[in-house]
Amino acid sequence: MEKRALKLSVNGQEYEVFIHPKTLLVEVIRDHLGFTGTKRGCETVSCGACTVLVNGASVKSCSVLAVQVEGMEVTTVEGLEQDGKLSPIQKAFLDNGSYQCGFCTPGMLMSATAFLKENEGREVTEHEIREGIEGNICRCTGYNSIVRAIDAVAKGTYKEE
Amino acid sequence: MINDFNYLKPGSVKEAFEMYAEHDDCKVICGGQSLLIVMRQGMVAPEYLLDIKGLDELRYIKYDEKDGLRIGATTTHREIEKSPIIQEKYPVLSLMETKLASIQTRNWGTIGGNLAHADPAGDPAPVLIALNANIKVGGKNGERTMPLEDFFKDYFETALEKGELVLEVHVPVPPAKTSVAYQKFNLLDSDMGIVAVAASITLNGDDTCKDARIVLGNAAPIPKRVKNAEELLKGKKFDEKLFEEVGRISYEESEPVADIHASEEHRRHLLSVLTKRMIKKAWEQARAVA
Repeated sequence: MEKRALKLSVNGQEYEVFIHPKTLLVEVIRDHLGFTGTKRGCETVSCGACTVLVNGASVKSCSVLAVQVEGMEVTTVEGLEQDGKLSPIQKAFLDNGSYQCGFCTPGMLMSATAFLKENEGREVTEHEIREGIEGNICRCTGYNSIVRAIDAVAKGTYKEE
Repeated sequence: MINDFNYLKPGSVKEAFEMYAEHDDCKVICGGQSLLIVMRQGMVAPEYLLDIKGLDELRYIKYDEKDGLRIGATTTHREIEKSPIIQEKYPVLSLMETKLASIQTRNWGTIGGNLAHADPAGDPAPVLIALNANIKVGGKNGERTMPLEDFFKDYFETALEKGELVLEVHVPVPPAKTSVAYQKFNLLDSDMGIVAVAASITLNGDDTCKDARIVLGNAAPIPKRVKNAEELLKGKKFDEKLFEEVGRISYEESEPVADIHASEEHRRHLLSVLTKRMIKKAWEQARAVA
């Protein structure tokens, strides 16, 4: 029950927080560090709104104990922009209208980012894109526009200028 | 609301054994993809939580042509799914993993945690039992190995004694002309199976059935072998009427419960259909392998 110090890196910045061991990663990200882009949705590992990257791999931060990411590199949606500019997938989401209420968007962006990184340099099918976001639920039924946005980035439409 | 627990983080397997032996009312967490859900619901509220996620000595996939496959307990589902050697030698295991929950869960959840949780709807157990896998467990007083099908005792209950951890899954080299097929029935790929069937078929040189293993998932308190059906297949030729009969045995011998997803009758029906299909599929695949 004793609080303990936890060191982790979020979006390239080192942090040290003092937490109860039962604290979830999403709580550290939102409540301790203030990165409220990451959403708390179902809190049962179902909806994917809380998706962040840990050492580059997507996880649902509502169901990871924060103490387990000691010393690891966490990326949240706030970490996607590059030098003050939106990342290709963020631009593609804007251009394709890939959101309605926006609640699933941060999680979708993180799953899409992991998917694009994993498949860099190879052609992907629509089916593969859909599998890449299988862990993220959108209740405004915006999947088609999300798939189009990911497809556009995969095809190189948003190559760095 | 997760209860206040004392957090134990061993630096080695040996230290984990000692810590686990010393603390009563202690639960083990690895990826926690199942455990944290039941802890949040208040169904599990241990005084101590032993975190073995960081034990990389249990995180490995080893293959040897004589010994077969060995997977350490803290290996993630995603590592199994993406392993080239598993894709080549045990494709059914990799395919099963691609349909296990979501990518995020597979990135963090582990094979040891999945088996120790012993949810009858879990995906790996039926496939591994069809593959004749063994499980190695151990604690301060030593290690022991048992067939995986003997590991499951009841809903969420296993043969683990106090102070024992799951250490490794061992999958032997399959006999010649053997193939395993697995399918679960669900509405979304990433859901747990409403029911599932794994079937392993080994053929003789003359294409008759030498050996069969049929395992039903989410059809009983534990993954269920259908031994009467297996016996019926032995020595027989490929025969769709026979597969119908085998499906009927699955229907009769399963003990599914009704829930929000499906009635008992519907589950039995699905089990009979999937049994028939998986035997046929495994049989056809076995013909093609050396």
